[in-house]
Amino acid sequence: MSWETVIGLEIHAQLATQSKIFSASSTAYGAEPNKQASVIDLGMPGVLPVLNEKAVAMAVKFGLAIDAEIAPRSVFARKNYFYPDLPKGYQISQFELPIVGLGKLEIELESGDTKVIGVTRAHLEEDAGKSLHEDFDGMTGIDLNRAGTPLLEIVSEPEMANAKEAVAYMKKIHSLVKYLGICDGNMQEGSFRCDANVSVRPKGQEEFGTRAEIKNINSFRFVERAINHEVNRQIDLIEDGGTVVQETRLYDPDRDETRSMRSKEEANDYRYFPDPDLLPVEITQDFLSQMRQKLPELPEQKKQRFIEQYSLSDYDASALTSNRATAEYFEEAIKLESTDPKLTANWVMGELSAALNEHNLDIEASPVSAELFATLVKRIEDQTVSGKLAKEVFEFMWQGEGDADTIIEKRGLKQITDTGALEEVISTILKENPDQVEQFKAGNDKIIGFFVGKVMQQTKGKANPVQVNELLQKLLQA
Amino acid sequence: MLHNKSITELSAGLAAGEYSSAELTKQYLQRIDQHADLNCYITVDQEGALHQAAEADKLIASGGAGPLTGVPLAHKDIFLTEGLRTTCGSRMLENFIAPYDATVVTNIKQAGMVTLGKANMDEFAMGSSNENSYFGSVLNPWNIKMVPGGSSGGSAAAVAAGLAPIATATDTGGSIRQPAALCGLTGMKPTYGRVSRWGMVAFASSLDQAGPMAQSAEDCALLMNTISGFDAKDSTCMDRPVDDYHANLNDSLEGLRVGLPREYFSDELDPAMRKVVDDALKVYEGLGAQLIEIDLPNTHLSIPVYYIVAPAECSSNLSRFDGVRYGYRCDDPKDLDDLYSRSRGEGFGAEVTRRIMIGTYALSSGYYDAYYLKAQQLRRLIKEDFEKAFEQVDVIMGPTSPDVAFPIGAKADDPVDMYLSDIYTISANLAGLPAMSLPVEQVNQLPAGLQLIGNYWSEARMLNIAHQFQQKTAWHQQKPVGFFEGGS
Repeated sequence: MSWETVIGLEIHAQLATQSKIFSASSTAYGAEPNKQASVIDLGMPGVLPVLNEKAVAMAVKFGLAIDAEIAPRSVFARKNYFYPDLPKGYQISQFELPIVGLGKLEIELESGDTKVIGVTRAHLEEDAGKSLHEDFDGMTGIDLNRAGTPLLEIVSEPEMANAKEAVAYMKKIHSLVKYLGICDGNMQEGSFRCDANVSVRPKGQEEFGTRAEIKNINSFRFVERAINHEVNRQIDLIEDGGTVVQETRLYDPDRDETRSMRSKEEANDYRYFPDPDLLPVEITQDFLSQMRQKLPELPEQKKQRFIEQYSLSDYDASALTSNRATAEYFEEAIKLESTDPKLTANWVMGELSAALNEHNLDIEASPVSAELFATLVKRIEDQTVSGKLAKEVFEFMWQGEGDADTIIEKRGLKQITDTGALEEVISTILKENPDQVEQFKAGNDKIIGFFVGKVMQQTKGKANPVQVNELLQKLLQA
Repeated sequence: MLHNKSITELSAGLAAGEYSSAELTKQYLQRIDQHADLNCYITVDQEGALHQAAEADKLIASGGAGPLTGVPLAHKDIFLTEGLRTTCGSRMLENFIAPYDATVVTNIKQAGMVTLGKANMDEFAMGSSNENSYFGSVLNPWNIKMVPGGSSGGSAAAVAAGLAPIATATDTGGSIRQPAALCGLTGMKPTYGRVSRWGMVAFASSLDQAGPMAQSAEDCALLMNTISGFDAKDSTCMDRPVDDYHANLNDSLEGLRVGLPREYFSDELDPAMRKVVDDALKVYEGLGAQLIEIDLPNTHLSIPVYYIVAPAECSSNLSRFDGVRYGYRCDDPKDLDDLYSRSRGEGFGAEVTRRIMIGTYALSSGYYDAYYLKAQQLRRLIKEDFEKAFEQVDVIMGPTSPDVAFPIGAKADDPVDMYLSDIYTISANLAGLPAMSLPVEQVNQLPAGLQLIGNYWSEARMLNIAHQFQQKTAWHQQKPVGFFEGGS
């Protein structure tokens, strides 16, 4: 039998506010446990939540960016359950009336086609704290620094057909929230994580199969692996005569498998009801238009502008704008030294991107700043260095040796463009190789490669190959 | 003998230097000790009170005093008081030292008042007799075999017995007004959103409101001036100007339209109670008021609606008492579930447990629509009844409670009968309206109360209406036998 996969994602993006969603505590990562937990975050008796308006503004920006309906009135609800890292015994979330309604997002498929994925809703909620099971012999430590951190939970329609599409969607959301400046996107620190709902059904069947939810996946690679593993597990199970049960599963990256979480958790009845401590959030048209004006240029708009303004190909523009930091790096570089956009783009996506990948760095953390990078592209453009030497210059730049001119000077990598000096080198070579000169004169054009090689060898690669060719032609025919 | 004075009188006496706050405070502390058998206080803060009194005296001497500087009071033990034990009448918080001050407490501190201690109450403010306190029943000073009412029974009994000149209290379904009625006091529940709920242990968030428990409407006005106002820490607290509640107490009541809901004066109303209420209404007629019969057709829904909404909210509000971070924790828990169930099972009393269970049930999936959602819809109808009524009248009057104080133990085994004690008071909480109780003629030698329900934000007018009554009557000046005779 042939099978079809249906995937929906719930992404939790931690909003980049300075303070928590319902208290004034800092949201900074990595503090000593419970140092960023106020009486509100601790769930002390008598405390009350006060909504952080910045979190609302961020949610609205996200909604506008995916062309979603923004609810004129949304309501915070309590999701009631007991857990030691949930201080109040309930999580403040949104249930029936989320702030962001139905929206959509276009993803690029590997085939080069695009596909529109629906975003069912996005709602604001507070994060829970952390239970630390390892450091306390036989006991559990509770760190409430994270409790009350604002999250935007972005729920997709079940419209992805395979793991690759799910990853493309997740990457697109990741890029978008970073573009909007509403989430730092740091997956190691848990600022951006996702749950995947996965089901399979026989090809052609209308109704969905029973789904399993894979919880808390925190990298693109793991999403792809976890989904693929889960799809195979479900198909194997059904083909062996079993049935998929609706459950929550955890992905274990070390063993590359998903496994069932305890069923006790699934029995929760969250007893949602509107939180009487908070008023409904009312979004006015006025606020919406303010937010609209504050929206940065979005990836798609930026891409179109790059194509028109810089005459870049669709492919180049797409690659450069896939994340905001790369696009900004590129634009800063061409602005600083007025270098050719196409040449700059090639070097950003080529040498720079390769080095970043190799060192597993984000472009924000690049040791070669846009400013330094621009000095190099400038020297490639004006032929001070050849492409080959430019790669060496880039290497030294990466190691912190300064701007292009300093490196070229210090390392003697300047391209020889002095015709007199080159003519001298060539004349000497011609004299030393009379046989080859004869062959050329006898009509063997290809022998010119031999001379070019010699010249490059003599000049340690610093000669301009085009100029060497011209001079050779001239001197050989003299 | 200072303990028979109103805070209006104490304020004047302190300002005139007739006595110091320290003297006054000592006298109250002494009386609290002397009448400890009434069980009005859960915690007495002798040291803190004397320190605050000394500070107040300095302030008075330096000329920087406000009207209430140096006046002692009791806080219902539901308000968090930094550094001082705050139990909420529960074993759960038996040893809980509050880490911060409630806004009401802060405002009162800033006014220079002296906190004598924390008043007894029904556990988590759930009850109408104060019998649900982990720290034992409070005795009604008018007759120590009787309950003082609840949940603010400690606040009421303390003021009635002269163990505090005034007290703070809270009202979720009548917890200020009913004990005020049963102890012969004047109490006010302000409009929902007038007084900050920050630092007040939550019972039912959409109903809870703090207010004064006092000897007179004028005293209520003084404390209302101190505790009312916007607080950015409470999202449900309204950002609107606060009237000077003392300024218009003497306005005329000529032409006042008083609404009398047919539903509050039905045949079921005890004739003796009816008579004292009718007599009070005659006083109002004498003051120029016009009595108008009105209808509040959804009144009969108040109790059923309340006993869905309040338990639902409390079931969630009380989830934080889980034995993990603070409060009672059971001995030797086997595992996490055991920790939860035994800490909560042992830490909460029977009535609290009952309401948590009712609320949990009402919010369960599959029952939510039939109970909680339905109750919210009916709550709207109840509110609309009042909105219509206030197109016709300025204030609504009726009995505060169907009964005067009943014997301790009489209703303890019948929760539904107990719930009916609040039949007249609950609607004001459901609608968010301000309401008061003031003493009228006694019934069977026990105090009885007249309830005033006003329109939103009409506290100043209501206090004026109550004050004018108290200018014509002396019911509010009656004192229980055995507490005010002779020396201190």
